Amino acid sequence: MMPTIILVVSLAALLQFFVSYCRSLIAATVKQPLSPEVQDVTGISRAASGEDFLRVVQLLQLCPARPQDRGEIRAVDAYFRLLNFLRSSLGKIVPSLLPWTEVERGHCAYFAAVTLERRIAFSRDLFAQQMNT
Amino acid sequence: MPGPFEYSIWIICTLLELGVVVCALARHSFRRYFTLNLYMTASFVTSVGRYAVLARNGLTSDEYTYFYYYSDAILTICLYFALMGLYSIVFEELGAGTYVRAFSMLLLAGTALFSYGVIHQSENRMVTHYVVEMSQNLYFVGLVLTYVLWGAVLKLRETRARVIQFVLSLGVYFSLYAANYALGNIYPNLGYIWMYLPPLISTLLPIAWCYAFLRFTEDARLAPARLAVIPR
Repeated sequence: MMPTIILVVSLAALLQFFVSYCRSLIAATVKQPLSPEVQDVTGISRAASGEDFLRVVQLLQLCPARPQDRGEIRAVDAYFRLLNFLRSSLGKIVPSLLPWTEVERGHCAYFAAVTLERRIAFSRDLFAQQMNT
Repeated sequence: MPGPFEYSIWIICTLLELGVVVCALARHSFRRYFTLNLYMTASFVTSVGRYAVLARNGLTSDEYTYFYYYSDAILTICLYFALMGLYSIVFEELGAGTYVRAFSMLLLAGTALFSYGVIHQSENRMVTHYVVEMSQNLYFVGLVLTYVLWGAVLKLRETRARVIQFVLSLGVYFSLYAANYALGNIYPNLGYIWMYLPPLISTLLPIAWCYAFLRFTEDARLAPARLAVIPR
């Protein structure tokens, strides 16, 4: 009985901590504006939609990865999948959940676009260093 | 003996623990987050010590068993102090540092006594069982305390990005460990799964703390309200 209670409490806490952790990663990027070229490439000017996420992640994979952002992209990707799962399961029972998940999915896409911007800057730095040597 | 997978995880985790301390030193935050760095330093020293004992005495030796469980208990207590350090940082402006320290000492002593009581009632009164029992209980107490701390962060509108990242990653870590221990008790037949998970879980905390030290400066701020609804 006791281990079951501990398991339920732990999983509930894990879910809440994980969601808050991913939101804190995303919140650190929301104020960063996108450059015009990244806006052109991603098609995101102001508000991103959840549908943009997979496309932006595909673009991310074309750029050389920065060691610093691998972990955060994985965490946000897991969060995006969790939101998709919520939409397809709980969303049918609680329709009011759908707008919230869509807003969150949009934030994930915006986060990916900001990460893409950083990777492009990183690639340019690498290229400039190679040209100088 | 551990295989390539176990050794790889071991080496990665040890390097990451060292990485946290190096990042803290590089960012001039070692003293500011002393208890966190103390835990990471203790983890690193323990990893090296465990390897030395393993290489000399073997995996099934009494020396390794005792060293493993005792060092695990000491690490759990260090992690508990790290959590209390975060409590002190969050409550420092309220001037409640002394109360927090006194409360944490009482809770630590209470958990140790409770674990002793559980083992004292059982037939098998081995010291290693006491150490394991105490570690498990401390993980669950740690999870509850982290949850309370997260509530305090939201209530007090704590804005320091690093502190928020430290608290949340600690919460994920404690909940994963507590869930793993609970699953191990519910399904003891699947012991091989519960044996492999802790090394993987233990890599998460140094990764998250390294990231927090590297990505955020001490002045970086996050509005906790944004964690609920993120305006753009």
